[in-house]
Amino acid sequence: MSIVTVQLGQCGNQIGFEVFDALFSDSHCPQGLCSKRENEAYQASCKERFFSEEENGVPIARAVLVDMEPKVINQTLSKAAHSGRWKYGQHSCFCQKQGSGNNWAYGYSVHGPRHEESIMNLIQKEVEKCDSLNGFFIIMSMAGGTGSGLGAFVTQNLQDQYSNSLKMNQIIWPYGTGEVIVQNYNSILTLSHLYRSSDALLVHENDAVHKICAKLMNIKQISFRDINQVLAHQLGSVFQPTYSGEGSFHYRRNPLGAFKDPALYTSWLEPVHAFSVWKTQRAFSKYEKSAALVSNSQFLVKPLDTIVGKAWNMFASKAYIHQYTKFGIEEEDFLDSFTLLEQVIASYCNLGF
Amino acid sequence: MTQSVVIQVGQCGNQIGCCFWDLALREHAAVNQKAIYDEAISSFFRNVDTRVVGDGGSISKGKICSLKARAVLIDMEEGVVNEILQGPLRDVFDSKQLITDISGSGNNWAVGHKVFGSLYQEQILEKLRKSAEHCDCLQCFFIIHSMGGGTGSGLGTFLLKVLEDEFPEVYRFVTSIYPSGEDDVITSPYNSMLAMKELNEHADCVLPIDNQSLFDIISKIDLMVNSGKLGTAIKPKSLVTSSAGAFKKRQEKPFDAMNNIVANLLLNLTSSARFEGSLNMDLNEISMNLVPFPQLHYLVSSLTPLYTLADVNIPSRRLDQMFSDAFSKDHQLIRADPKHSLYLACALMVRGNVQISDLRRNIERLKPSLRFVSWNQEGWKTSLCSVPPVGHSHSLLALANNTCVKPTFIELRERFTRLYRKRAHLHHYLQIEGMEESCFTEALSSLSALIQEYNQLDATKSMPAEELPRLSIAV
Repeated sequence: MSIVTVQLGQCGNQIGFEVFDALFSDSHCPQGLCSKRENEAYQASCKERFFSEEENGVPIARAVLVDMEPKVINQTLSKAAHSGRWKYGQHSCFCQKQGSGNNWAYGYSVHGPRHEESIMNLIQKEVEKCDSLNGFFIIMSMAGGTGSGLGAFVTQNLQDQYSNSLKMNQIIWPYGTGEVIVQNYNSILTLSHLYRSSDALLVHENDAVHKICAKLMNIKQISFRDINQVLAHQLGSVFQPTYSGEGSFHYRRNPLGAFKDPALYTSWLEPVHAFSVWKTQRAFSKYEKSAALVSNSQFLVKPLDTIVGKAWNMFASKAYIHQYTKFGIEEEDFLDSFTLLEQVIASYCNLGF
Repeated sequence: MTQSVVIQVGQCGNQIGCCFWDLALREHAAVNQKAIYDEAISSFFRNVDTRVVGDGGSISKGKICSLKARAVLIDMEEGVVNEILQGPLRDVFDSKQLITDISGSGNNWAVGHKVFGSLYQEQILEKLRKSAEHCDCLQCFFIIHSMGGGTGSGLGTFLLKVLEDEFPEVYRFVTSIYPSGEDDVITSPYNSMLAMKELNEHADCVLPIDNQSLFDIISKIDLMVNSGKLGTAIKPKSLVTSSAGAFKKRQEKPFDAMNNIVANLLLNLTSSARFEGSLNMDLNEISMNLVPFPQLHYLVSSLTPLYTLADVNIPSRRLDQMFSDAFSKDHQLIRADPKHSLYLACALMVRGNVQISDLRRNIERLKPSLRFVSWNQEGWKTSLCSVPPVGHSHSLLALANNTCVKPTFIELRERFTRLYRKRAHLHHYLQIEGMEESCFTEALSSLSALIQEYNQLDATKSMPAEELPRLSIAV
């Protein structure tokens, strides 16, 4: 069961590289802390999922790289090739010369339709290399123009063309204090569109990962590379092969018991349905014991509410709107996005206990 | 990657332009040690095999043969352009990309705009089309000119309309040198006012710069060097202070040093688009993020380091000093007080070994002392370019869309009114075909409307940020 990854924009491509690198390093780790047979099964499964074979044995990432300007893709390709351990496919990239200018409308309404055929063809080629396709993993940021706008467009296309396959979007929530001034506009437009076409949105907040680097890892001068590596580590531990189902726990105490507390869940959800465990004997990334938690909770209501609030505030003054209407995104499109997201916020808030 | 074309108009424009090309060459020479013609260089230079006659000489890849600037040089006098063509940069310019005349514009906007505009329109179009053809993907025109004279001001702004009509998709970034109070050109208020209307209507982004600020910066550098303070030696390789690799005597050509600063501004502005970094910023992102409303497109720039220190490995504390400096009046290229005015948006373009945490720490630190408009409280746009400028370990360019430009425009309006009220020198303009009094009154209303926009924004400064009611949804 293979996953095809689509990396979009500077953020998507920079993270994508770290993710594949983390997956590869982990699966080729000699100390799996398990039996040899177990380790081999693990490696084979990981490989099948994320890499395809090449003649000379160098694994090729099952990925399509998309960006509207060449610098980042060039860097990403050469970083991968340099490592000598794995690489990206020679013809797996789609690149243009002029970026999206941090403009969601440009990414969605101009680049999207213009390059639809080429991009979807590239993805199709990658899909054909899979024996059996599990789904798509789309890595994008919300703040910029390509990852956000073109990412939303591509996800929509994937929904149309591969409606039976799973689509999971890895979204990067920007720092609260700007990386991009129009990031709140770009974010609400992205989220509202993804809500209609994606199956799952996996969110990483730059602020949160930054705190991890600062407080937990004590990194002094935090770079985007540090942030992306933490992210990749988290994603890796979620994606690497595990077995589902209950079984006897091998730990002395049962730390997972806390998750069986009904107070965590809504009244209409039983803990046994809400909480699932997947585990494996095989260590991840040389950690003797590790755990990753993926949750669907009210945790994201506050960040979402903040972004919607800021975007609404800016929208009321009509600032920057001319940059969007120039490329076909009208005020009604903004209002539609606000409406949808307010509904999401309300739904989450109204989860009665 | 995209290309940009520089159009240098008039004496000031061409002198600054010349400094820019000199610095650009040296920057690329320092970065590109193997002399391969790469995409970064191609943003400003063509690679030409000079043995080939005619147009076929362009080489897109491989070793650098001969670099030609993507530039159009326009002047209605021959002196400055001739000097450039006889100087050390003569081979960098394509001799076909020049438009010159002999008589000059006589410090008269009307002569530059109406007379030379119509006379040279066809030629201008031809040269521009040629430059565009040589580009794979043309993104931006950089126009460099002064506001106070006749050619830069008049013909330079005539160009803007031509560019807008002929290349509507290509950004028009204008670097405008505003006259200082004690300008020796009596009619500079007329010229500047008439030019402002064109900038209002046809430029995407304007970087106003005034001579006084540049002069103050240069004087400060001189002071620091001559005071002989320990540790304040200017690094000889620094592109900020020298344009010939060697330490030039300040007294010889004061304008050269001032022009270098403007040239540095343009280099740093485009660095993140040319070179790699962990958070790139392309030129189209400048306009997108810093221009919330089409008419409010005047950006105050400030550059650090200017008064450089001899240390190469600047520790974190000094790095933070760089950020503080960028927000100090000493480093601004226009006299204005952004700290006591209202920010609409601010961009920080960092070069060198600076990481996201350094950027964030400094934004958090400086934010409380700056006032942002209510609908853009976190209005920061940031970029990180890994390649530092030559001779420095890092640098910072801050671009602010701030109501502090208002006083500059108000002063301009006052100087204009003082002259216009007495109808002094007006006949020089009105006698030009196509010029009427309405040109003056329209320019005045255009500027007044702009000042009014800034006034309205300033009025919101003291108001508390309201919590606007959100959409209520039936669940």
